[in-house]
Amino acid sequence: MDPLKIHFEVDGEDFSSAGEASVEMKKKLRQLGIPADVIRRCSIAMYEGEINMVIHAHGGTADVEVYPDRIVIILEDHGPGIPDIDLAMQEGYSTANDRIHNMGFGAGMGLPNMKRYTEDMTVESTVGVGTKVTMTVKL
Amino acid sequence: MTASEVASLLSLKSICVPAPEREVLGGYTGDLLSWVMGRAKPDDAWITIMSNQNIAAVAMLTDVSMVILAENVAPDAGVAELCEAKSINLFSSELPAYELCVKLEKLI
Ligand SMILES: Nc1ncnc2c1ncn2[C@@H]1O[C@H](COP(=O)(O)OP(=O)(O)O)[C@@H](O)[C@H]1O
Ligand SMILES: [Mg+2]
Repeated sequence: MDPLKIHFEVDGEDFSSAGEASVEMKKKLRQLGIPADVIRRCSIAMYEGEINMVIHAHGGTADVEVYPDRIVIILEDHGPGIPDIDLAMQEGYSTANDRIHNMGFGAGMGLPNMKRYTEDMTVESTVGVGTKVTMTVKL
Repeated sequence: MTASEVASLLSLKSICVPAPEREVLGGYTGDLLSWVMGRAKPDDAWITIMSNQNIAAVAMLTDVSMVILAENVAPDAGVAELCEAKSINLFSSELPAYELCVKLEKLI
């Protein structure tokens, strides 16, 4: 069966409206009658990824695919890329500046949260080309 | 206990209360948004001094039942409207976060 697909463009300029794609996805998943716990994990994981694209990569795209047994979230950007993915995955590691800290972001817990709330997560990144994060949450 | 009952027993100021009957089962305090998303539980009251627009999305995504701005912090422009649209209960208090936590713990 073909998955239900939802596509979002994530604006890299507007910090204050960051997170709109995740909020929209949450509303859509509610309409589909997906269990609340699954929705919560998907939407927090996607929000962290969405925020990363805004604060580290000048925006990107988010694609959500809903299958009968799982939800797959694909975040793709053409930002600076991540030189050391293992280091970036460590709790507390962040390259965020003071402006980002003042907004409550940049605690270095985004990628760890994404891993925590999903059953599977892969990060592919090339410096100077961009980053693609694929996450799967089982239904 | 509902969000509106917690609000009246803690003498909170209402900023916007679109879902007064939401059940409050616990609490979490913190200002770093990733910590809140990693640690707060659904139906918690989230106590914070972070006042920007992003608190509306974080509260909605984590399923907390109310947000309490401690230390008389005022929400930034537009935050009340965002919370209203996302069905997030938003309150403020002159008490510090610690005292709000202690009082909340005695209620629930
Ligand atoms: N999409 C991305 N593009 C470039 N760098 C990224 C991206 N996502 C994460 N990073 C890098 O990985 C680090 C850790 O990310 P994260 O755990 O989300 O923490 P934070 O965003 O709070 O810094 C970031 O500080 C940044 O250096
Ligand atoms: Mg992050």
